[in-house]
Amino acid sequence: MTRVHDMGGRFGDGAVTPDSETDPVFEKEWHARALAVTLACGSLGQWNLDISRHSRECLTPKDYTRFSYYEKWMAALTNLLVENDVLTPQELADGRGTAGSSLADRKLKPDAVAAALAKGGPADRPSDIAAQFKPGDIVRTRAAGNTHTSGGHTRLPVYAAGATGRVVRYHGTHILPDSNAHGLGEAAEPLYAVAFQAQDLWQHPEHPKDEIILDLWQSYLDAAT
Amino acid sequence: MQFMPTKQERSGLDSKCVCGQDHFMPHDHHDHDDPHALLPPDPALRVKALETILTDKGLIDPATLDAIIDTYENKIGPRNGARVVAKAWMDADFRESLKRDATATVSDLGYYGRQGEHMVVVENTPDTHNMVVCTLCSCYPWPLLGIPPGWYKSDAYRARAVREPRKVLAEFGVKLPAETSVRVWDSTAEVRYLVLPMRPSGTEGLSEDALADLVTRNSMIGTELAKTP
Repeated sequence: MTRVHDMGGRFGDGAVTPDSETDPVFEKEWHARALAVTLACGSLGQWNLDISRHSRECLTPKDYTRFSYYEKWMAALTNLLVENDVLTPQELADGRGTAGSSLADRKLKPDAVAAALAKGGPADRPSDIAAQFKPGDIVRTRAAGNTHTSGGHTRLPVYAAGATGRVVRYHGTHILPDSNAHGLGEAAEPLYAVAFQAQDLWQHPEHPKDEIILDLWQSYLDAAT
Repeated sequence: MQFMPTKQERSGLDSKCVCGQDHFMPHDHHDHDDPHALLPPDPALRVKALETILTDKGLIDPATLDAIIDTYENKIGPRNGARVVAKAWMDADFRESLKRDATATVSDLGYYGRQGEHMVVVENTPDTHNMVVCTLCSCYPWPLLGIPPGWYKSDAYRARAVREPRKVLAEFGVKLPAETSVRVWDSTAEVRYLVLPMRPSGTEGLSEDALADLVTRNSMIGTELAKTP
């Protein structure tokens, strides 16, 4: 099993409601603040992208479902700030910061925003692990779930676990989220795009020619025929 | 694999957790009262409270938040991607370069940054229609398309795009010919996908700027086709 966020293929959600390209980027002002606070806190360097994703996934299923998108961000950020001793529960309860912080010198300054956003955070890393597969190879995915941390982070969705597909692209060696989300190191390894036929994933595929393609790490895959 | 526990991890391994309770085995996260429950329930007040506390502690600067918001409201958005697509329609060499190494090719135009560090461009043809989803969260190519729209982040899109893409496309008003196959790209890694839509017919004489006007935000993630003039 994985967690509540892993919803690919789920039934019951109803229609998608497209919005217009001319609608505001942020529907409400607090959405914009939530995004900006989250990015600004990221620059304090107390966690990485995989930890922050996992923090959202670890919201209780009840919270994850009832919260809107940016409410999830805020709740997960708050949890991370407390777990990393950046804020205290008392400060949250009081609604004000009562002590200075040793991290204040890492504060993202207004004139550094453009450079920080432009720099990004590439996820490719050198690795000693040789690529075992090449485009055209047939592979089978392992069972769902993080293999070393119970309930841990993984990027193998349940719907594509234990399935047979075909490698279509090699992306180089990338940080392994299953490790990096748990402070176990970046553990970079080969990453591939793997195509699955719709009929190999779903009981009632829409069309015999349709495919679903996922980016999957080498340790998610075994050779198959 | 080197074992370097974070504070989060250590707290799980100690018998006494930061939450004050004992846990009998290494655990990954709390399945009980989360710190966020200490903030006011109203979301706008939650954000305000967090911003206030962090500002009090010298950890964020409200002017920094304004600069981040200004970037994504006014500087980085889908017109970036539309310019890339229009150029690809006009210039066969550029299109090949884009398909071969999208990251370097769009970087040369100044489009690089957060959530666009590893770009791949997939081209729609009469045989294949590509569309992009992130079933696990909301991964989206920010430098080219900006912040994802609400529908892209919705449970309905995340859940259904992989299982019934044609029904989802119909909800966007798109009906594909039966002979066209659909390839749905689920963004499970840090690779970000941009769809290169097909150039509409009747656009032979148009300028690059006029072509860019036909390229909708949704056509570059695969839930629409480019507009016809």
